[in-house]
Amino acid sequence: MAILNFIEAITHALDLEMGKDERVVVYGEDVGYEGGVFRATKGLQEKYGDKRCFDSILAESSIIGSGIGMAINGLRPVVELQFSGFMFPGYNQIVTHAARMRNRSRGQYTVPMVIRMPYGGGVRALEHHSESLEALFAHIPGLKVVIPSTPYDAKGLLLAAIRDPDPVIFLEPKRIYRAFKQEVPEEDYTIDIGKAKILKTGKDITLVSWGAQVRDCQKAIELVEAEGYSVEHIDLRTISPIDKDTLIKSVKKTGRFLVVHEAIKNFGPGAELVTLVNEGAFLSLEAPPSRIAAPQVIVPLPKGEHHYLPAIEQIADKIKELILY
Amino acid sequence: MFRDTYDPMKDDMIQVMNPEGEIVHPEWMPDLSDETIIQMYKTMVYGRIIDHKVLQFQRQGRILTYAPNLGQEAAQVGSGFALRQTDWVASAFRELGVWLRKGAPLYKILLYWYGNEEGMHMPESVRILPVSIPIASQFQHATGLAYASKYKGEDDVTIAYVGDGGTSQGDFHEALNFAAVHETPNMFFIQNNQFAISTRRAHQSKVKTLAQKALAYGMPGIQVDGNDIFAVYAVTKAAVEEARSGQGPSLIEAYTYRMGAHTTADDPSVYRKEEEVKEWEAKDPILRLKKYLSRKGLWDEDQDAAYKAEREAFVKEEFKKVEASGLVPLEDVFDYLYAEKTPDLIEEYEKIKARYAKEGK
Repeated sequence: MAILNFIEAITHALDLEMGKDERVVVYGEDVGYEGGVFRATKGLQEKYGDKRCFDSILAESSIIGSGIGMAINGLRPVVELQFSGFMFPGYNQIVTHAARMRNRSRGQYTVPMVIRMPYGGGVRALEHHSESLEALFAHIPGLKVVIPSTPYDAKGLLLAAIRDPDPVIFLEPKRIYRAFKQEVPEEDYTIDIGKAKILKTGKDITLVSWGAQVRDCQKAIELVEAEGYSVEHIDLRTISPIDKDTLIKSVKKTGRFLVVHEAIKNFGPGAELVTLVNEGAFLSLEAPPSRIAAPQVIVPLPKGEHHYLPAIEQIADKIKELILY
Repeated sequence: MFRDTYDPMKDDMIQVMNPEGEIVHPEWMPDLSDETIIQMYKTMVYGRIIDHKVLQFQRQGRILTYAPNLGQEAAQVGSGFALRQTDWVASAFRELGVWLRKGAPLYKILLYWYGNEEGMHMPESVRILPVSIPIASQFQHATGLAYASKYKGEDDVTIAYVGDGGTSQGDFHEALNFAAVHETPNMFFIQNNQFAISTRRAHQSKVKTLAQKALAYGMPGIQVDGNDIFAVYAVTKAAVEEARSGQGPSLIEAYTYRMGAHTTADDPSVYRKEEEVKEWEAKDPILRLKKYLSRKGLWDEDQDAAYKAEREAFVKEEFKKVEASGLVPLEDVFDYLYAEKTPDLIEEYEKIKARYAKEGK
């Protein structure tokens, strides 16, 4: 058992799979020699050579597009886009090809590929370094979208993603890359894509979050539970396909629902989740299924970012408001 | 062969056979058996018959949109013949001659244009990526295919096709750059047919020849007479052999002309004069090879008529089968998003199925 932070768990998973499966190649901007700007691929080029771990040309569409070709021709590319805010030149390849190749060729050509990207705010960064774009991927048929919130889950989900027969968008909450460490087993294990995790059971309300928001929600839960309320907390872990069953079962029990995300509110993932709850648990509801999300604004630069991200007190207040509705 | 001697900045265009079917550069004439040359001719004619018939079906309302190949047969068939069966092809959508050469079944090709994705599920041995409509995007896939071949120690090469308009896309540039940096076994083949729908070649790029763009990436670039099948074959074959032997990628510009419409939804009379098309009819790639074959006594009018009649009947037969295939079943729309259907897809599928059952469909 090793004690690893999130980024170390990513490196560990990549190392493990590269050692097991020669088809796995890892590349992206600065990924080879330097080991990536966040050091997610540290040491891999040295260990596996520059054919298996290399610096890509500085072109996101090439990173995705070449990966599609490699995947079709028998490799298992795991590519890194430096920040999700720079994914747009590659978005065309993701949407028009990676997601569609299986359907377009009626199953003849498939794209078993993982596209890793650090995402999310709260790191006091420049423009285009703080976005939460999961809805842009979850909206696309043919993609899977995964967001781990702990080192343990990061390893298990990444191994599952690499072994998945279809393209997986793997979003990494960079705010918690080094925020805490956790015991991560050395051995091989996977976590099912498409399965949420009940972090703690409770009876008054179902709270759903993912990524870095999981920790903020845990702090909010501490505040409200000190006042005698009981919260059931679910880490969604996979944004697409959504684990609807776990969600609905929980809401039927608690009668209340709140989703917290730092992606912007309008047409965001919360809208989908609230609709699922309305459709699946309407008669159990004691309060309007609700969401806390960033407003429909451009992520502010560091001196204004506090206006944007959900705040712990805000989450705690909303939980109480819904319980007392 | 050409990479050491050809200088793209001199604006030369490689030609082996002139429009009269005469060999003007015997030193570049590829070593092809008479049977192979006849096979090349037949493949071009076959492609043109398919075009002709499909346009008829389209006018009869039996097929929807189609992108014809008229005038570009030598560029397609000539480059296709330079490949071996296990080589990869990253197509755009106007490469009928390449598909035929690689053994794509006509039934599948027609099924695709008829409006069924199953048409792009080709036999494994064909090794053609399905039609890629976002312009030049398939160039990126070609680099990955070639990287994987090299990585696995296989000596297959990958050829990718694009039009003159496609050379303006970022994906064109990124792919050439990737291939040059990684020395992947890629051929990037431009069918310069002078038009991107209605936009002329001159409005697409300021360079004199599109082949010159190769210089920016540190790879050989060569312009070839795209209506001369021997020249196209010779240039592509040389590039293929170089790529296969580890000498890296190259860019080929086949200078040709789209004698038909962009697609059946396009009316070229809006943007070009009939005289211009007439000029190019004199350089017709099929006519040119036919003159060569007649001069050598390898092919006569009777053979020509018999072959055309036989192929025409075959196209009609295959299209009848396609029309009998009917509509795409509901399962097909849901079954190929993922290896395994998600719970949501199962639910949506069942809902539609239940609705159809209720409506008696």
